[in-house]
Amino acid sequence: MNHTNGMYPVEAGGRMPLGTVVSGSLSEGVKVRLDDGVSIEDVKVGTFVSIQGHRSRFLGVLTEIELLSTDDGITAAPPDASRPLLSQVLSGTVAYNSITVEPMLIIGADTMNTAQPAKTIPPHFSRVSLADEEDIQMVFGSEDAGHFYIGNPMDMEVRLCLDINEMVKRSNGVFGKSGTGKTFLTRLLLIGILQNGAASNLIFDMHGEYGWRGSSEHTNEVKGLKQLFSSRVAVFTLDPESASRRGISTDYEISIGYDDIEPEDVDILRDTWGLSDVAADTAHSLREKFGVSWLRMFLEHPSGEDFNVLAGDMNVPTSTLRALRNRLMQLRRFGFITEGRGGNSVNEILNYLRRGMHVVLEFGRYGNNIDAYLLIANLLTRRIHDRYVRMSEQASGDATQQPRPLVITIEEAHKFLSPAIARNTIFGNIAREMRKYNVTLLVVDQRPSGIDDEVMSQLGTKIACLLDNERDTDAVLSGVSGSRKLRTVLARLESNRQALVFGHALPMPVVIQTREYGSAESYRELGFIEAAELKAQVDKDMDVLFGPSAC
Amino acid sequence: MVNGSEWRVGEVIEASTSEFTAQCYRLYEAPDIGSLVLCGEQIPTYGIVCEATTQSIDPGRSAIPRGLNAERESDVFSSNPQIERLLYTSFRAAIVGYRDGDLVLHYPPLSAPRMYSFVRTCDSDEIADFSETHEFLATLLNAPIHVQDHVVTSFLRQASAAHADPQQYLVGAGKSLAVALTGQLPRLSGILRSLE
Repeated sequence: MNHTNGMYPVEAGGRMPLGTVVSGSLSEGVKVRLDDGVSIEDVKVGTFVSIQGHRSRFLGVLTEIELLSTDDGITAAPPDASRPLLSQVLSGTVAYNSITVEPMLIIGADTMNTAQPAKTIPPHFSRVSLADEEDIQMVFGSEDAGHFYIGNPMDMEVRLCLDINEMVKRSNGVFGKSGTGKTFLTRLLLIGILQNGAASNLIFDMHGEYGWRGSSEHTNEVKGLKQLFSSRVAVFTLDPESASRRGISTDYEISIGYDDIEPEDVDILRDTWGLSDVAADTAHSLREKFGVSWLRMFLEHPSGEDFNVLAGDMNVPTSTLRALRNRLMQLRRFGFITEGRGGNSVNEILNYLRRGMHVVLEFGRYGNNIDAYLLIANLLTRRIHDRYVRMSEQASGDATQQPRPLVITIEEAHKFLSPAIARNTIFGNIAREMRKYNVTLLVVDQRPSGIDDEVMSQLGTKIACLLDNERDTDAVLSGVSGSRKLRTVLARLESNRQALVFGHALPMPVVIQTREYGSAESYRELGFIEAAELKAQVDKDMDVLFGPSAC
Repeated sequence: MVNGSEWRVGEVIEASTSEFTAQCYRLYEAPDIGSLVLCGEQIPTYGIVCEATTQSIDPGRSAIPRGLNAERESDVFSSNPQIERLLYTSFRAAIVGYRDGDLVLHYPPLSAPRMYSFVRTCDSDEIADFSETHEFLATLLNAPIHVQDHVVTSFLRQASAAHADPQQYLVGAGKSLAVALTGQLPRLSGILRSLE
């Protein structure tokens, strides 16, 4: 057994006993009376639990912990501390501890002995114990090419793995308030996808956390994807100056021409710019009037009477048109927007992705500018998605010709997927259409309540770190069976490195302690070899091949 | 197992399948309430003393006061040496189990103890052996006896003293009592308080 706290006696069968089933229902979960020797202070919600029925074994999650009594009199006159015998006798008899377990899976109900969703509950007096390594591996699979080790179940040293192949079939979400470890989890998921090879990643790296290096509250700096997997990751940047200041070598510099920007690209800024629907729609009219150079021509359009005439042509008040221009003027501050047509960024990204590489787009100093982030993420995603649609349609059912699946990672996702715009933006479409065109999203957000309900319901696998806002909790758990009980679990997560994982890639919800990331050992486990170590290995291989060198 | 006559205290003079009454060999020498006693040779039967009585041997001549002019109580006996022959002490014990070879069974045997069976008290080892499990509590709590809680408390006190860790023993027995007395919290609390 690998139980870390060693607080329970191990019972026959190797599992650590918790108690006995005494009542319950399928909808409310089963009530388990804790054994006398089990301290309630050692029991935690979210723990993975095994229940041995007569013919089948059930696996579930601990969702509630209660102090109960068989006699109401004890609440009116509890024993005082000066009478230890009374307290000791009443504890565990008249006053007892109870937990509620939500049975999730049943094993042994079929001849294959596989885990299936629990459609019944264990009988009275079934023994309940903590799940062990065997249970975890049976349910979540062992670490292999398709299963990526993401963390450990609470208080266990067993490796809990995520089925990456299943995960990338749908859009997924990582949620949690600031400082709860969203970025670390996301980085791990991206590495899982990268190592598994099931898809390519395109990461809109707002704060420069994924590409070359990331930050950590404990070690200050951790390696990014490029450092760990340099031959498989390309770093694109919007801000080459910032990259060179930080000593980061980048693979491509993104530039966008004014003529590349379409009204649909700026539509996503409607909320952040506070534009009225009329003003936003006027951009489309301007495009009709001026053609591809609409933006440059509009920004250069003379003020004064001519501007009033243009407003008249557009059939909008001058103030509306002026508001639109004022907002669009802000684009001039972005150094990556150039005159005319910009570089061929979309093709470059696609070329890398086609080769099975993973692209991290760093925003440099624009990382603090939500307008730049929204604009670029929307603009590039729209075009890349468009190309994927075409490639998928050209493949016309021939699986070998299908484009390599793509996972697009966006941060501050509620800005892209708010109810007001989710239906009209490319991100809303991608989330809803699932894997139809081989493009899915990995949304990272701290305010899931700001994301459109329909989009949330379409997310396959959700990883939720601590959320203390009730609306955010509701949003994350909406549409999940047993969400009322999972809410208790979610609200009690530790504030760092702990997450509730549930959805498509997992047979049942589980609370994990996120895998360690940032130490030399953790990098080595992910397949990273330090330069000196690599050189020694190469020298050794050369000696084996060509004999010991003369010098 | 004690076999000596020095532990013998009396003989059965009245018996049923749930209790027996023994008359003591000596006046006033009944075992304490809550003591574990054993009677019979064919089916050694355990009883827990629940009541002791001293009265006149002649039901038609009950005892009367004799010490109006005596200075001390002992003067009454020295002035009336026949008294000790005219009185007897008996005790009643609730049957809580029996022995079958080396096996201790914590429920009454199928037949009542025989008349004139010798009754003796049990030593510490026997008490520990008998009270190892707490099954006797259910039998004792269902026995038709007065001051039942007092009997239970007295026996548990003696039983705990016979075990290596008296406090631990009382906690375990108390938990069994708590289950047997579900819904009777004041009664349970009363017993436990007197055991503190």
